[in-house]
Amino acid sequence: MAPPRISVVGGGLAGLMSAIKIAEAGLAVDLFSIVPVKRSHSVCAQGGINGAVNVKGENDSPEIHFVDTVKGGDFLAHQPPVKAMCHAAPGIIYLLDRMGVMFNRTAEGLLDFRRFGGTLHHRTAFAGATTGQQMLYALDEQVRRHEAEGRVRKYEGWEFLGTVRDDAGGCVGHVSLDLRTMRPSAFRADAVLVCTGGPGLMFGRTTNSAINSGSAAAALYREGAWYANGEFIQVHPTAIPGADKLRLLSEAARGEGGRIWVPRRKGDTRDPRQIPEAERWYFLEEKYPHYGNLVPRDVASREIHDVCVNRGLGLDGGMMVYLDVTHVPAAQLDRKLGGILETYEKFVGDDPRKVPMRIFPAVHYSMGGLWVDYAPAADGMLEAVSPRNQATNVPGLYAAGEVDYQYHGANRLGANSLLSCLYGGIIAGPATVAWAASRKAAAADLPAAPFEAAEKRWADRFAELARRDGPENPYALAEDLGSWMLDHVTIVRSNEALRRTDAHLLELRERWGRASVLDRSTWSNQTLAFLNQLENMLELARVVVLGALARDESRGSHYKPEFPKRDDERWLRTTVATWTPAGPSLRYDPVDTSLLRPVERKYD
Amino acid sequence: MPRTTIELRIRRQDTPTAPPRWEEFSLPWQPNMNVISCLMEVRKRPVTRQGAPTTPVVWDCSCLEEVCGACTMLVNGVPRQSCAALVDRLPEGPITLEPLTKFPVVRDLVVDRQPMFDALARVKAWIPIDGTHDLGPGPRMPEPERERAYVFSRCMTCGCCMEACPQYNERSDFIGPAPIAQVRLFNAHPTGAMNARERLEAIMGRGGLEDCGNAQNCVEVCPKQIPLTEAFGELGRQTARLWFLRMLGR
Repeated sequence: MAPPRISVVGGGLAGLMSAIKIAEAGLAVDLFSIVPVKRSHSVCAQGGINGAVNVKGENDSPEIHFVDTVKGGDFLAHQPPVKAMCHAAPGIIYLLDRMGVMFNRTAEGLLDFRRFGGTLHHRTAFAGATTGQQMLYALDEQVRRHEAEGRVRKYEGWEFLGTVRDDAGGCVGHVSLDLRTMRPSAFRADAVLVCTGGPGLMFGRTTNSAINSGSAAAALYREGAWYANGEFIQVHPTAIPGADKLRLLSEAARGEGGRIWVPRRKGDTRDPRQIPEAERWYFLEEKYPHYGNLVPRDVASREIHDVCVNRGLGLDGGMMVYLDVTHVPAAQLDRKLGGILETYEKFVGDDPRKVPMRIFPAVHYSMGGLWVDYAPAADGMLEAVSPRNQATNVPGLYAAGEVDYQYHGANRLGANSLLSCLYGGIIAGPATVAWAASRKAAAADLPAAPFEAAEKRWADRFAELARRDGPENPYALAEDLGSWMLDHVTIVRSNEALRRTDAHLLELRERWGRASVLDRSTWSNQTLAFLNQLENMLELARVVVLGALARDESRGSHYKPEFPKRDDERWLRTTVATWTPAGPSLRYDPVDTSLLRPVERKYD
Repeated sequence: MPRTTIELRIRRQDTPTAPPRWEEFSLPWQPNMNVISCLMEVRKRPVTRQGAPTTPVVWDCSCLEEVCGACTMLVNGVPRQSCAALVDRLPEGPITLEPLTKFPVVRDLVVDRQPMFDALARVKAWIPIDGTHDLGPGPRMPEPERERAYVFSRCMTCGCCMEACPQYNERSDFIGPAPIAQVRLFNAHPTGAMNARERLEAIMGRGGLEDCGNAQNCVEVCPKQIPLTEAFGELGRQTARLWFLRMLGR
């Protein structure tokens, strides 16, 4: 039998971590990424990574981290994987430290920790305000070492298109597109692990990178992979506007003492520095004396929406508030928040050390994603090595990172995403190795027919797309999609608007059929690749919209004023979407709440 | 006087071997625009200033907040991230966009920076950990030292320093400023220091540190203000010491 090979698709934190695990197990890794892996979206994570190391002597523990995370997610996450992740967290931070991540230190030279949303403990390790970038680089370096030693082969500048299946429907490889030659090629793999990140681009301008189309996840959904909890989209309360994207301003700013406020008087146009303390409304501190500015993101975004839209107190009458760090000593700001202050200064022009920042909410993260399994263990956590961990419903197909739905329920706590990417990668790698070991025939020894057929199918498909010559511009269609999703499927949702949005999605889908490829070149043709992505985005957008329409309750990031309460009786359920030609078919699975009884979620 | 329209001049090239050509575009000004959002407008209506239909401009980008390094190009002749090139802060007149010149053009504004990643492998820019299994906490590190090292770990392999460096070109073997500065980073780490010699040896001799001409252009253009020349000074002393030790047969 030929030695097994695993294909890892996506070179962000989850993909790189699993690639290292697989390489360490002695298997060959083919690593696919649309960009050089060092340029993956993980670089955008700023504030830090959570782990209850208890450096500050606050009696923090992984168990409290677990409770905070489950409560933060409004009890929608299966509890054993969350518990296992929280217990693994301190070890994961130590591992990153050993890899050379330049985490900030205490006076004793220990790892420093700061506060983040949804917890009362200092639990977030950080490297300035560029923690994701620093972590990605550390993993990139480890992968480069494995690459230099021949265990990892990188395919950078390749886009995943779809799986190759055996007769039984198992995944035995995939077809990916060379973004230079624009030719699809089939690859054999004893397991395929997708770590392709979130679908932010369907919301147009977000805090996401330009590459986060969600196309790979959507393609898998269209091939029969289940997509779970798609309606749960996180809107981050603090971003800064731009014409190309909305730049994140980390929750770390509030973790280091930043305060959110608006002038108490409507239409107060004074320079914020001239507005006396008594005439400022620190609305989060007032409404949530316990957690203050560090309430979870869904709560903060809703409150900002209320203050700006319902009460009309937003800056310039818009959806904008002050985030104020001017009272924090500049040296402390530079050491702990340098990266984000620089970003604000560079893109807005004001010095946030002196002038309160003007910020507003922006789409940030998808709690939902590809459905994945887990192998529960007797201790309430997971088996460390099991082919069930991170396995999708398609045999041989795995998912980890933001692309899966596993760890955050209805709302993710800040600094838990870097953790879930790492933890997902740490268990997904060994899961694919275990799966590969259990196979009777190696992918390399299978007959060529299904690979050739899949490759031809995609080649024909791209040849057809390359001839498209209709009146519609695909980028204009994407903008239209983004503005509808942003207007109707974010902080506040109504069934009436969701119904109209779905109708509009169907119209966009039809117009997509009349879109032009704009570019006849057969070399490095970005519009051709985008035409394919856009169809996938439109398909996945329906999962988000129809999931939101069906869920008549409010839970975590999903808020419907028509149904303002959480309804555990009916909706303490995982939404699972399956593709059908008529649109997503939704079913509702029970949530594993065996470790912690759901209670009312309060932060005041 | 803010612009009402934006004029773009873009150097385009269909394939790595095709001859380059210039195209001009004119688009209405909007608030908060950067070079990327201009290119996004162009692809929604790919028509030149003269009214001729053309193809969308091909360019690299990802994070759009100056932490991934992807969208580096020459903006008005200066190497920088196009996402951080805000239209309102560029001087009046047309905005000129060109691909970096020190790397092979793939298409239009996209270049192949693989040599930079290869150089990171050459200088062994990593901490050789024993494995990812649980081995407890990492080494302690004084915060001031960590702070200095952090500056170097923000290098995003964008290529600005390579573009600006007169010594880095197709006629020379010089490895370039960015990978050399990474040696400084890894050699300062308590674990990385154990293999400091390997990395120093990688930058000694042909194409290494000695080929730096001390033009100091690299520090001028680095978007993260990495003190590259300072690192070269430190490494120069380290390599000299190693050379001396070698002379002594150690």
